[in-house]
Amino acid sequence: MKPPPDDQPTDRAPNRMPGHAPGHTRHRANQPRIPAQGRELPPTPSQTVGPFYGYALPFPGGGQVAPVGHPGAITLHGTVRDGAGEPVPDALLEFWQGPGRPGSLRRDPVTGGFAGRNGVDFTGFGRVPTDADGGWVLRTLPPPPERGYVSVCVFARGLTHHLFTRVYVGAPPPDDPLLAALPEERRRTLLAVPVEPGLYHFDIHFQGGKETVFLVFDGTDESDESESPDGSDGPEQSDGLDGLDGLHGSDG
Amino acid sequence: MTLAHDADPAHDADPAHDADPAHDADPAHDADPAQDAAPPQDAAPPQGGTPKQDATPTQERISEEIAAGHAAAEAAAPDGVQRHHPPRDFAPYRSSALRHPRHQLVPVSGDPEAMELSGPVFGATDVTALDADLTRQHAGEPLGERITVTGRVLERTGRPVRGQLVEIWQANASGRYAHQRDQHPAPLDPHFTGVGRCLTDDEGRYTFTTVRPGAYPWRNHVNAWRPAHIHFSLFGTAFAQRLVTQMYFPGDPLFPYDPILQSVTDQRARDRLVAAYDHALSTPEWALGYRWDIVLDGPSATPTDPEEER
Ligand SMILES: [Fe+2]
Repeated sequence: MKPPPDDQPTDRAPNRMPGHAPGHTRHRANQPRIPAQGRELPPTPSQTVGPFYGYALPFPGGGQVAPVGHPGAITLHGTVRDGAGEPVPDALLEFWQGPGRPGSLRRDPVTGGFAGRNGVDFTGFGRVPTDADGGWVLRTLPPPPERGYVSVCVFARGLTHHLFTRVYVGAPPPDDPLLAALPEERRRTLLAVPVEPGLYHFDIHFQGGKETVFLVFDGTDESDESESPDGSDGPEQSDGLDGLDGLHGSDG
Repeated sequence: MTLAHDADPAHDADPAHDADPAHDADPAHDADPAQDAAPPQDAAPPQGGTPKQDATPTQERISEEIAAGHAAAEAAAPDGVQRHHPPRDFAPYRSSALRHPRHQLVPVSGDPEAMELSGPVFGATDVTALDADLTRQHAGEPLGERITVTGRVLERTGRPVRGQLVEIWQANASGRYAHQRDQHPAPLDPHFTGVGRCLTDDEGRYTFTTVRPGAYPWRNHVNAWRPAHIHFSLFGTAFAQRLVTQMYFPGDPLFPYDPILQSVTDQRARDRLVAAYDHALSTPEWALGYRWDIVLDGPSATPTDPEEER
């Protein structure tokens, strides 16, 4: 209704940015640094998406990224599983494979609801909540062969900070630097499995023997530590399920 | 998708189904919490054998684990500079136990072609003007304390994130979500859904009108209550800058008890999740004002701005 008074200086420093050590002091000798001027402000921390995003973030047609009737469309589908192998029914997956256009979540100005994509533009962005069986489906266009992958960002209740991964579709580019750096067993977790022409299967495992390769990008706070030996994930290379198996029975 | 969840009671924040309290925070619950955070008190494992029968932890237990988690993070940062983001294996937040990777994240570096260095774009078709006013989405006015929440979305360089999508969702003034899995016996408000979205302006600014959400109980442990918060979802120019987080209100007495807020181990970083009350932003006889700026981590889109060609 009444607009808020616009009397705040627009150039003021963000609130809650006390003059403590900025992120760029976080040097680790073996890490390439991005320039200090790129790290002036400490980032806002992540928090879990929680269990109740379901009426806010998903939108109709979120998984229908391919233009309607596009003959080259493919379907990617799979299940998100936790460290006990159980489906995760409250994960939210986002897919990005631009370059995109606006219009992923077009609104209906009459009802205030969602109007759906226009069916023509390729926005490159998809958002799919998992179903009760942890399942998800994305209908999209295949990534260009020279790239070979669709980017994925995973959110879930219980996950304090989202995770990035990639779905490689079809024969991956032979010189892909990420795949080249991974041992075969881990590399495999990024490759969609062809089921039939145009249909690919891709499961995401948070933990366990099939744990998906998750990524961190240069220029993020975590990239400072991704290779440091003191990372809290460091010592836990085993599947670590021993202590959890017993939980299962009593779940049902 | 919300229907589906009914079949599965094992989900945390459904408050009040206490028929099976051990259930909700989900399986991880009784797993030896020490296995993630490695706090020393795990020397005494909780009732071996039948972990699922283990009592729902007390606040005291959770508070001890929070303190242990913070101490571990501090010890791992001898230079005093802790991680800004929460560890994914924060034992006091029970649901995290089976939902964090045990392998280290794999760095993607030095690849200017990485898809994640660009990001989705949104535009006028994706948002209606009313979306930013959560008090006007129904025939009547919602109950509660009307508030204005505004701030800027910035990159770490201080550059504003322009024209990007900001989405929020929240409980109503009584602490109840308009989500059928939320069975907290607090009233729903027929005039409040609790969902909003807007695009940032040229200064990176977003503004929402809403009501202050209530605190609500959840089943992570006995007498677990979430401090009042608004969930935020943000996009930068690069997909790698994606952020989902929660905004809290200043002075909330529940802060120290909440393992989700406390999953951010550094006090300075936690402080950045708390909005500032801004009296100058309050509107006379209308609404109280809160200001909260958001800084996205991660690389910006490459300087050759790929958006220009979209
Ligand atoms: Fe919440």
